[in-house]
Amino acid sequence: MDMLIAAITVFVLAVYVGFEVITKVPPTLHTPLMSGSNAISGITLIGAVVSTRTDNPTLATVLAVVAVAFAMINVVGGYMVTHRMLGMFRKKR
Amino acid sequence: MITYLIDLGWVNLAYLVASVLFIIGMKGMTHPRTALRGNLISAWGMLLAVVAALLANGLSYQWILVGAVLGGAVGAITAVRVQMTQMPEMVALFNGFGGAASVLVAGAAFMTAAEPDLQMTIATGLSGLIGAVTFTGSLIAFLKLAEKMPSGSLGFPGIKAFNGLLILVALAGTAWLAVDPSSQMAYWLVVVVSCVLGVTLTIPIGGADMPVVIALLNSYSGLAAAATGFVLMNNVLIIAGSLVGASGIILTQIMCKAMNRSLGAVLFAEFGGAASGPSADDVYGGKVKSTSPAEVAMMLETAQRVLVVPGYGMAVAQAQHIVRDMANILEARGVLVEYGIHPVAGRMPGHMNILLAEADVPYEKLREMDDINNEIAQIDVCIVVGANDTVNPAARNDPHSPIAGMPIIDVDRARTVIVVKRSLSPGFAGIPNPLFAADNCLMMFGDGKKALTELVQALKEG
Repeated sequence: MDMLIAAITVFVLAVYVGFEVITKVPPTLHTPLMSGSNAISGITLIGAVVSTRTDNPTLATVLAVVAVAFAMINVVGGYMVTHRMLGMFRKKR
Repeated sequence: MITYLIDLGWVNLAYLVASVLFIIGMKGMTHPRTALRGNLISAWGMLLAVVAALLANGLSYQWILVGAVLGGAVGAITAVRVQMTQMPEMVALFNGFGGAASVLVAGAAFMTAAEPDLQMTIATGLSGLIGAVTFTGSLIAFLKLAEKMPSGSLGFPGIKAFNGLLILVALAGTAWLAVDPSSQMAYWLVVVVSCVLGVTLTIPIGGADMPVVIALLNSYSGLAAAATGFVLMNNVLIIAGSLVGASGIILTQIMCKAMNRSLGAVLFAEFGGAASGPSADDVYGGKVKSTSPAEVAMMLETAQRVLVVPGYGMAVAQAQHIVRDMANILEARGVLVEYGIHPVAGRMPGHMNILLAEADVPYEKLREMDDINNEIAQIDVCIVVGANDTVNPAARNDPHSPIAGMPIIDVDRARTVIVVKRSLSPGFAGIPNPLFAADNCLMMFGDGKKALTELVQALKEG
């Protein structure tokens, strides 16, 4: 129970920090914000990696490996496309 | 229980640092100058978190490598090849992959948990529910945005009741999971039902509401990751997931406000609701004046302030570069050229901004709706490129219009308005636009790119 409350505390505070920071993002950057958050939501990669333990049933490993692939699409694709877009905002002058 | 090659404290510390880097990275997004660096900081955070995770004991490194190489290659190729006009569908698809990953990770974690307690079972059920809705909902959004399926509202009578039923079944499945944690069946029931729910929730939403849908699915993909964090009791998943969740919610609110619609009205849109109000013939009957590129070029000769108002049509016609060419010529003559951006112009938040950035338009020249509306009477020539509903004065003047109360860019208050458009066909809202019949409005009919190319030609000759 203590752990749950601690986790909920972290969740609530993080949502609050998210609101505070994101509210200040100008409309010009809303599309890169979305693709950048695509990349961050690829954080599930962490969960996928630790779920590939060899002592797990095969099915669990299969699920985890597919999850690694999906999350990697988000992480790599998300950061790269955001970088590409933001580069366009910068190259002037 | 997961053990690590190094002390667990160090691993958790690495996760904490990664979380802080994500927040600093997102903070960088608050200004175009710092955004590129912010994105890199966020990417370093991700790398740190992944390295920490790889230190867990007994991982199948070869399989991780297979998954990572496959996913990484697909992601990299997509990121390099995607065109800026296709960003909405790419973001939609990526939202879906995030949801799918959460479903799979929660499933694998639940399957291998020795004695799942109540909080884990509930978190697992919610991961499955949110993740699966995000996955199939995003696939539908992707298909609609990529025009691989009809982009309007689809559905069947009673779809709302059907969705309500599905939500109840998914929640009942989660409750079953909580009561009987040994039941793998219950989890996959939740997932399958939620997959159907994702489809039936998304198909009735279409057209002008698409920006809301991708913002909302963006939020869901974050919430799914956070729910998976509760399954694994992993703080970095919870923090990163809730940041994304918060970001998506804020964008959703902004989009809803910009359309004067409540989120409920978008989500539970009446299927097949027909547009009402005056017919196109009543509005346009004999009052629409058309013009030619040569004539517009002459008008621009004497203009001092020009405002370009782009809409989704500019993206479709890929006209952003020729718009920039036109602006270059005018600016060389000392004309002040700016761009008025409606928050829901295009099909995702900020869509017009990246298209214009791609065409090298400095971001200082992009003016927000409220800001430019204050100065609109000083605009000599306003050029509307592929926008329709976002400049429809009926939103302001006709309380019975379906878009009544929606904030618009008041282009009708500029001295002269040129509308570049293929025909008088209605926009997403399906209603005629009295602007086209206004005294100070001239229609330059044609494909956006072609018409503007002719205009640029005429400007060069003039």
